[in-house]
Amino acid sequence: MAKTLYEKIWEKHLVVSKPGAVSIIYVDQHLVHEVTSPQAFEGLRLNKRRIRQPGKIIATLDHSIPTQNRHLPIPDPIAAEQVETLKKNCREHNIKLFDLSNPAQGIIHVIAPEQGFIMPGMVIVCGDSHTATHGAFGALAFGIGTSEVEHVFSTQTMQQNKSKTMRVHFDGDLPATSTAKDMTLAVIGKIGTAGGTGYVIEYTGEAVTRLSMEGRMTLCNMAIESGARAGMISPDETTFAYLKDKPNMPAGSQWDQAVAAWKQLASDFDATFDENVVISAKDIVPQVTWGTSPGQVTGIDKNVPSPDDFSDPEEQESCRKALIYMGLKGGTPMTEIAIDHVFIGSCTNSRIQDLRAAARVVNGKKVSESVTAIVVPGSGIIKEQAETEGLDKIFIKAGFQWREPGCSMCLAMNDDVLRPGDRCASTSNRNFEGRQGKGSRTHLLSPEMAAAAAISGKLVDVRFIQ
Amino acid sequence: MEPLIVHEGIAALLDRTNVDTDQIIPKQFLKRVSRSGYGAFLFYDWRFLENGSDNPDFELNKQAFQGASILVAGDNFGCGSSREHAPWSILDYGFRVVVSTSFADIFYSNCFKNGILPVVIEAVDLSRLMSEIRENEGVQFKVDLAAQQLSTPKGTTVRFDVDEFRKECLLKGLDDIAWSMQFDSEISEFEEKQRSSEPWLWSS
Repeated sequence: MAKTLYEKIWEKHLVVSKPGAVSIIYVDQHLVHEVTSPQAFEGLRLNKRRIRQPGKIIATLDHSIPTQNRHLPIPDPIAAEQVETLKKNCREHNIKLFDLSNPAQGIIHVIAPEQGFIMPGMVIVCGDSHTATHGAFGALAFGIGTSEVEHVFSTQTMQQNKSKTMRVHFDGDLPATSTAKDMTLAVIGKIGTAGGTGYVIEYTGEAVTRLSMEGRMTLCNMAIESGARAGMISPDETTFAYLKDKPNMPAGSQWDQAVAAWKQLASDFDATFDENVVISAKDIVPQVTWGTSPGQVTGIDKNVPSPDDFSDPEEQESCRKALIYMGLKGGTPMTEIAIDHVFIGSCTNSRIQDLRAAARVVNGKKVSESVTAIVVPGSGIIKEQAETEGLDKIFIKAGFQWREPGCSMCLAMNDDVLRPGDRCASTSNRNFEGRQGKGSRTHLLSPEMAAAAAISGKLVDVRFIQ
Repeated sequence: MEPLIVHEGIAALLDRTNVDTDQIIPKQFLKRVSRSGYGAFLFYDWRFLENGSDNPDFELNKQAFQGASILVAGDNFGCGSSREHAPWSILDYGFRVVVSTSFADIFYSNCFKNGILPVVIEAVDLSRLMSEIRENEGVQFKVDLAAQQLSTPKGTTVRFDVDEFRKECLLKGLDDIAWSMQFDSEISEFEEKQRSSEPWLWSS
């Protein structure tokens, strides 16, 4: 029988499957960071349990660490305690930690693929909802709660019920001026923030297969924002080319053996999905959010909507509330919204291609005087690569701050926090109320669009800048 | 995890709907590294005044509700962020049972993972239970998980549904991990098989 990528991975990982009970599936890679892990380690200690497979875990410091003045002690004592706790736990349990002193340290969802810990066909979990990123490699990757982190520590498995499958097919070619970020925002705009609930999404179509691995990661990263458990893309030559020669990858005949197995993973051409969504790729223009949920998104060439533009009373009400919070009036052209901060970074858009794309827009120009702009590379490796290419100089010369890797202003758990009323053009993934600081206002967009906004001092259509 | 078979205790009334996890445990308490002690911060912004003293207007601060172990609340309890700190704080405060007409998905499953029984009942039953508490603050309810029944001293009994698997785990005090660990040999067998069929997953 024809099967989808998800079904193939699911079946390959079933350890226990009994009628009437939840299934147990095996986990191949467990990613850990400082915020959602301490209580799981504590649970192990209290219950006198051991970690079953420490070799299948990697850990990093990313959420609450500062992105500047790394030579100084961490100023926030609570964040410092989280950092020390993770270090201690990793030492005690023999877990590989990418510490702040490690040149490869960075955001967990950036460094895991970069260091070759992500392979097609794997089941990957992390106490972080943006784990969906790794679906880009044809893996099943999803976020879990802290009790589940402890469960994986103890058993290297997850209790899980099988999800339904949804295919999101991009029909036709993506305009050269649009990006993976625009694709993923367009999906959420179409199906809504709960449209994927209960499903695992597979993205298909030429616009998807033409994306680089970086673009595919951006696309899958935000699957969770549509409510889906995971997003994924069938692995192909682009995937294998990215993986080859990464650290921790198999070599020689074992590489060939692995690739042969990975080639079997792609969804069968006649596989059926529980739900099908089609999006016209050629109609995707640069996207920007106007409200307080990623589904409140529109094209840069459109106006801020009014409550009357919606027929559903609940949507009207949430539009009304969002406009008040965002300090916007319905009918205002998106390109008339002035901003005072730009954040280029996060597990969605902090990879080398993102920085190159932003630098191309910035090159030779100046950040508007009314704007504070920061670039936070996703990892030490990316930062180094960007510096080799001279991208840091382009950003700094234009007036951007060039920071150390971390989650930073995506969730503002460190000191990269906006003040009430600040308006930020951000390449991150969530525009919830207070996400970047109490009372802060977030507009999600692509790195190119963020760079253009930094220069213009307002949201602007990047297609008319270059 | 403490088993829950028959539970009897004071029922506290929180007659509010859409109580979200941000209210249950505000975000300033999420940076802590321990799993215990969150009871002190439960409903923090409602429960305490600016100066840190008890808010006399907050329902759970009533004398009659001190020592309560059953929380009776309005629709859609536990919505919002997935933070597991919410059920931790509820349990640490002393609640073993939460009764409402509906719960948010993640919160509902997080309750079972932490030994809390969320009881879903009809709106008409909820309003009856709420009036019984109002008439006699400090009243004790009895929750029998095996029989899937909640009863009051006035003779009211309300039946409730619960997933068989979750019920079994809670009756036995078997947490998810203990349940899965029963399959240790199946897991080992899986690992051996995968090690030979996909050795690249086992090279590190």
